[in-house]
Amino acid sequence: MSGANERTTRQDRVSETTASEALASAMSQDQIARLMRRRGEESRWWWIVPTVYIIVLLLPIYWLINMSFKTNAEIVSSLTLYPHQPTIANYVTIFTDASWYSGYINSITYVVMNMVISVAAALPAAYAFSRYRFLGDKHLFFWLLTNRMAPPAVFALPFFQLYSAFGLIDTHIAVALAHCLFNVPLAVWILEGFMSGVPKEIDETAYIDGYSFPRFFIRIFMPLIASGIGVACFFCFMFSWVELLIARTLTTTDAKPIAATMTRTVSAAGMDWGLLAAAGVLTLIPGALVIWFVRNYIAKGFALGRV
Amino acid sequence: MEKTWNNKAWFLVLPVLVLVAFSAVIPLMTVVNYSVQDTFGNNVFFWAGTEWFEELLSSSRFWEAMVRNLIFSFIILAIEVPLGIFIALNMPKKGWGVPVCLVLMALPLLIPWNVVGTIWQVFGRNDIGLLGYYVNALGIDYNYVQDPFDAWVTVIVMDVWHWTSLVVLLCYAGLVSIPDAFYQAAKIDGASRWAVFRYIQLPKMNRVLLIAVLLRFMDSFMIYTEPFVVTGGGPGNSTTFLSIDLVKTALGQFDLGPAAAMSLVYFLIVLLLSWVFYTVMTNYDAER
Repeated sequence: MSGANERTTRQDRVSETTASEALASAMSQDQIARLMRRRGEESRWWWIVPTVYIIVLLLPIYWLINMSFKTNAEIVSSLTLYPHQPTIANYVTIFTDASWYSGYINSITYVVMNMVISVAAALPAAYAFSRYRFLGDKHLFFWLLTNRMAPPAVFALPFFQLYSAFGLIDTHIAVALAHCLFNVPLAVWILEGFMSGVPKEIDETAYIDGYSFPRFFIRIFMPLIASGIGVACFFCFMFSWVELLIARTLTTTDAKPIAATMTRTVSAAGMDWGLLAAAGVLTLIPGALVIWFVRNYIAKGFALGRV
Repeated sequence: MEKTWNNKAWFLVLPVLVLVAFSAVIPLMTVVNYSVQDTFGNNVFFWAGTEWFEELLSSSRFWEAMVRNLIFSFIILAIEVPLGIFIALNMPKKGWGVPVCLVLMALPLLIPWNVVGTIWQVFGRNDIGLLGYYVNALGIDYNYVQDPFDAWVTVIVMDVWHWTSLVVLLCYAGLVSIPDAFYQAAKIDGASRWAVFRYIQLPKMNRVLLIAVLLRFMDSFMIYTEPFVVTGGGPGNSTTFLSIDLVKTALGQFDLGPAAAMSLVYFLIVLLLSWVFYTVMTNYDAER
């Protein structure tokens, strides 16, 4: 009896859903679209919020660019909204003085070194975390996370002493290794997120086809997560590029990053604002360039590969 | 995904382990070592026990920096999270506007932190800065070098400028993962704008919001470079946060013992917070 009852109720439910489906299809697509438009009156003005926000974001940056094209006399004497006597003297100084442009070369060198080391080490580890369970895996993963969260200020002094002991102070590799502290965990997290999206059947099929692990990993697996590797590289680049406290502590002259060189603009004659601004503007360019390549994956990377 | 049990996976993790041991475990052990010893220079060390910890925990300087840091973190969270959600809700969903918005909004995130400081140091000055000059021209007395309140406002506005985009990007990623059918169903039911937000968009953003809140909390809790460049921790000690205080002690005065004790307490707080974050997130994953 109860069985029959169940069947009838189920039939009722089925007919209900078909009814609502029929209603929905009776309301044709453009009716729905019209409904949506009427409800979303504000949608015509949607662009105001992002536009205002972007203008606010760009205003301080514009001010820096504006200053970099001015002479110091103009900067100090009056507030002008655009350079009245535009000059590129500040940029010429930076590109002709070795103590200035070597700062950029140093920064790029250790950032790239760090990027390569971090991603190369993180690739097999991320594969292990995404495919296998092993003794202590969860604890290890948590421990890696804590390093991403570790305040650089805590590590500045011990790093200085550790690298002094190895005679590595003022070398690019010292900064590159030190930045691994927060970049390796980050790369593992991001790559693990991307790798978990690749079905395991692909691995198994490859092994059955007689691929060895290294050959499978390089030939088949890495191309599949190419976007993930790109995103991981981008984030390693980014966090190594913006970090200053550790980089400054570990270097004196030969590997000094550009960001630290900028403090030189304070001299006996006062502040060289134009030069400072020009140096600042040049540090924006690498970031702006790489951002374009990963624009569709930025958010996924920030969510540690977990959106 | 079903994971197979295989202890050989340890070999794959080995490079990371060695690398992070070198850059995290050894330095941390140095810190532990210093925190229980005293020195009069020349590398001669004495056992000091918990002296430094007792001194630290009873020093008003440490607690003041801590309270300042907590207040700062809560203020910026209270501003950045609602603002980030609001902007993400108004982002275009398709068309040419999407990449343009994403790239321009992400721009502040890629500026070296001390350049962020420099930008705001210049922007806020009342003689040569656009902001400082016009705020003063409006008749508001604003000078971040001398007035503690103005210094706080500057540091907070700077952080909002620097990091709100992170919240926007994360929320946006959550929003675009909602299928159109959800919205259509809501429209047919005549759901209000608020109901759509409360019952469709917010649940979908839950997870990314959690990440955003915790990343922002952690990063603001260890903020150093930006306020240091703008205010140098001043005027007085009014913007001296934990990291600034620590670096002053460790690298400025080379007081190894107190600095190490402070590092450890600081690190333990961060560790505790990371654990909360990790537990909440793994539980959330398990529920799904």
